[in-house]
Amino acid sequence: MANNPIIPNGPKPKSIFTTRNILLYGTLLIVAIYYILPLYVMIVTSLKGMPEIRLGNIFAPPLEVTFEPWVKAWSTACTGLNCDGLSRGFWNSVQILIPSVFLSIVIASVNGYALVNWKFKGSEIFFAVLLFGAFIPYQVMIYPIVILLREMGLMGSLWGLVLVHTVFGMPILTLLFRNYFSSVPEELFKAARIDGAGFWGIYFHIMLPMAIPIFVVAMILQVTGIWNDFLFGVIYTKPDIYPMTVQLNNIVNSVQGVKEYNVNMAATLLTGLVPLILYFVSGKLFVRGIAAGAVKG
Amino acid sequence: MAQSVRPNTLFRNLNAKIAAMPMIITVLVIFVGCTIWTVVHSFTKSRMLPKLEFVGFDQYERLWGTSRWLISIENLFIYGACSLVLSLVIGFILAALLDQKIRFENTLRSIILFPFALSFVVTGLIWQWILNPDLGIQSVVRDLGWTSFAFDPLYNPDIVIYGVLIAGIWQGSGLIMVLMLAGLRGIDEDIWNASRIDGIPKWKTYLFIVIPMMKPVFVTAIVLITSGIVKVYDLIIAQTGGGPGIASEVPAKYVMDSMFLKQNLGQGFAASTMMLLCVLIIIIPYAYLEFGGRRNGK
Repeated sequence: MANNPIIPNGPKPKSIFTTRNILLYGTLLIVAIYYILPLYVMIVTSLKGMPEIRLGNIFAPPLEVTFEPWVKAWSTACTGLNCDGLSRGFWNSVQILIPSVFLSIVIASVNGYALVNWKFKGSEIFFAVLLFGAFIPYQVMIYPIVILLREMGLMGSLWGLVLVHTVFGMPILTLLFRNYFSSVPEELFKAARIDGAGFWGIYFHIMLPMAIPIFVVAMILQVTGIWNDFLFGVIYTKPDIYPMTVQLNNIVNSVQGVKEYNVNMAATLLTGLVPLILYFVSGKLFVRGIAAGAVKG
Repeated sequence: MAQSVRPNTLFRNLNAKIAAMPMIITVLVIFVGCTIWTVVHSFTKSRMLPKLEFVGFDQYERLWGTSRWLISIENLFIYGACSLVLSLVIGFILAALLDQKIRFENTLRSIILFPFALSFVVTGLIWQWILNPDLGIQSVVRDLGWTSFAFDPLYNPDIVIYGVLIAGIWQGSGLIMVLMLAGLRGIDEDIWNASRIDGIPKWKTYLFIVIPMMKPVFVTAIVLITSGIVKVYDLIIAQTGGGPGIASEVPAKYVMDSMFLKQNLGQGFAASTMMLLCVLIIIIPYAYLEFGGRRNGK
């Protein structure tokens, strides 16, 4: 070798196994394991029978795959006296979700549009207080809202909860729409004004069709947020219409009976499934939604 | 235009005002009205029902004399400080790692961010299971032969809050990572080229050039994390239920329990007013820096 040196020409070929790469990808692998392992443990546990769980290792794959825990979690797990499983909570959550998402987005989009194109005296101040409201701890407002809902006859009903979700979704959604509409060229709005279009005409014929992407972002944000809510569900509804998260907590953390970890994990996965599917399907849009949520600060 | 008679200002732009009614009502009734209502009632001796019999600062005196509240505050500070520092550090390091033009960047980002899609209840229950001393990590390590290994944060009052912290970081650090990554991507390539030419090591460039440039991202992240910390409630309910004993109580849970379990409304109002005060201490300087500064600058 030494006698016959080969003079390399051209760029030096890059080895994949440099120290830098091993360190970098090694660290990233460990990180990925920390984030993914809990999900793996849940899935594995939910597919095992109870005897196997008691004897075995939580990380071991199931020896005998059983879907019974999933069936039980969905249709027969008990909370108190009700033994119809999480399915009840699932449908409650769906019933809460649809009107809440619809109402909050409609209101916030109109708000955002009015704040950009139809400023009125004091509109900026209202908006500033609205944004500030996003930081007030919910606990401060919870009890007076109980009184208000009771006065309106909506305490303990689905519609009461829908109203609460609409109110507390308003700051972030309004901000989202306001920012979007303020990026629309003003000439477009002025041209429509000259053509004689009014407040609603411009909203429906010009702004709405242009804002479809931001509507999708808002929807992702709201579906995840409302589905995952626990606090409002537990306060403003009653046991038969508890949303899924509340019911899940009641099933898993109930003190009576033998703990069935496989059923618990199946129930937990079932509850997490809706936002997880939404997350993996929507990809970049989800990131955009939370980035928008982050800007609220 | 100037000569035409201006219509009554109240009815100008009427459609917009009608359309903004839900916002106006929300702001006035909920955000302003309800907050004032609670603060006012925190000075009364309401118990089962709210009533306006003022007792000065009695509720606050009782609050700060209750060990459960003191533990709640202590937990909030430990959890808050640790989660603030860890989220920022982990979020930044992960973002910097992902910014090294690596393969599988999108896959890794999805993996790190996915817990953020899950609710706190789900997060709490997952980690309750993994940290279960009889069947979880502790038992797995013991089965491997290390029989004296002890890792049972959820059953040990001294460290239970760190068990909650592990779950909280798992759920929330992805968001900070995404924010930081966006911040890093916003930094001009020329900065890197310049520091490379000057022979400045990479870590020094990060520490002394990049991080100071990312100040706005850090401010956003800090506000986001801290306003989330004050709200911590579901995670505790699902993971520990405040236990063992009262070792993992937090202020939000104190408020909820006083109002809806113990029927001691006055205490709940006083405690929630204290929570509001905590948030104001964070938000006011931030709002001043962000908006006050901008107004003066431009």
